[in-house]
Amino acid sequence: MHAMSSAVECRNVTVRFVTERRTVTALENVSFSLQRGGFLALLGPSGCGKSTLLRVVADLIQPTAGSMAVLGQTPEEARRDRALGFVFQDAALLPWRTAIQNVQLPLEVGGGPKSLPANAPTPRELLKLVGLEGWENSFPHELSGGMRQRVSIARALVTSPRMLLMDEPFGALDEFTRDRLNEELRRIWQETRTTILFVTHSIYESVFLGESVLMLAANPGRVREQVNIDLPPDRTLAIRDTETFVRVAAGLRKSLEH
Amino acid sequence: MTDAALPLPGVAEAEAAFRADQARERMKRRLLPLAGILGFLALWAALVYVLQVPPFIAPSPFAVAHRLVTDFPKLISNLAPTAIEAITGFLLGNIAAIVTATVFVHKKSLEQAFFPVVVILNTIPVVAKAPILVLLLGNGMEPKIAIAALICFFPTLVNMVRGLESVNPQAMELMRVLSASKTEIFFKLRLQNSLPYLFSALKIAASTAVIGAIVGEWIGSTVGIGALIIQAMYAFDSALLYATVIVGSCFSVLFFLAITLAERLVVRWQPPASH
Repeated sequence: MHAMSSAVECRNVTVRFVTERRTVTALENVSFSLQRGGFLALLGPSGCGKSTLLRVVADLIQPTAGSMAVLGQTPEEARRDRALGFVFQDAALLPWRTAIQNVQLPLEVGGGPKSLPANAPTPRELLKLVGLEGWENSFPHELSGGMRQRVSIARALVTSPRMLLMDEPFGALDEFTRDRLNEELRRIWQETRTTILFVTHSIYESVFLGESVLMLAANPGRVREQVNIDLPPDRTLAIRDTETFVRVAAGLRKSLEH
Repeated sequence: MTDAALPLPGVAEAEAAFRADQARERMKRRLLPLAGILGFLALWAALVYVLQVPPFIAPSPFAVAHRLVTDFPKLISNLAPTAIEAITGFLLGNIAAIVTATVFVHKKSLEQAFFPVVVILNTIPVVAKAPILVLLLGNGMEPKIAIAALICFFPTLVNMVRGLESVNPQAMELMRVLSASKTEIFFKLRLQNSLPYLFSALKIAASTAVIGAIVGEWIGSTVGIGALIIQAMYAFDSALLYATVIVGSCFSVLFFLAITLAERLVVRWQPPASH
């Protein structure tokens, strides 16, 4: 049962947006699969449809053609099952809620999670996991950009989702904050064993984070290549100075320039 | 001991000077408006005195102050009906606007059908609406309440629709990923998002509701701030006229301050627009 062991099975997915003036093909014939517990980085220039692909997985956009299976179900079933956590580029926190109230939001709407594991972390524990102990009662405008994004990661984890979808979550942050959050995301992935699908346009981020990188090309969005990243699971920022890392990153760059 | 802990020459003095500067700025901010008001009153008194303006054209500020004291019971008993009309109209008009905005946001076709009607009704000036409503609703408080309500309705409707719709698109996607129902999206996202917009409309409505009630009283009314204004005018009692106007505007200011206070209590986060 190949499909059952996959977190995502994407077969020949095409997405077209029809407007009054013209038809835009955002994705053409995209196929890939992601194993459960895996960490796949979607890498490509802007306009390659990587955010669109993530939204097809999350059932926010319906594919024009092709099939998408998420955790052995349709994307809609997976969404209704509350199997997915989504982290947006802008943290998308509700400004009238404190950090902890924002983390609690997924427990309050949509009937709450279908089944939480007995040892599911509480909102307070999740804020601690993302390094925000003591900031529970702060409002979003009192937090820095990096802290807001941490809150949104805690919010995505509160339903113990089987898969985390991340749409350039660190794209708007400064380099230092971004590096630190990259390191922490690897740690969180290892601790929670949640499948992660991560959209980025940074080659270094994709190599550092991903167990595998799916490279997309633009106009129309299509798969260029999928590359496995042979780096050890325990990664610190220092790994970016190793020969292997530099070689892999250079290979991806060369491939993207073609 | 580290370098930072050493007393640096000049720093304490600079800090003290900076603090003194700040304190002076604060005092200035408080005193200047007061000086402006006193200057205005002095200019008014001087003009009336120098130009020998007769009391049936314009009073001196002292005459107005005298009437404010001697006619205080009369002024207050006339303020009461105006206040009731303005507040009732304010409540009715704003509640109607909030309900209509909620319907518009959920049923786009209704918005497309009726928004133009609302815009056209809003282009009719208050002074033109007043006689129509007096004919429709009689001579009691009802037409005044209706005018106050109508005048509040439009700005609140427009702002409320904008507030309910201008939700962060990613927050909207989040609600969808969470399979939130329409009711949950309304109460947990749209309504909260609209509160800063609503309050800026309510602050406008607080002063316009009073204007609406007064204009309503100009037409066939024997009590109220509006009626008193008309009576004082026909009696060439300029001191009473000015005193009445001051009482009316004091009420407006208090109403406005009450809404501002409510806003501070309800909207405790920073609206995105001010970032």
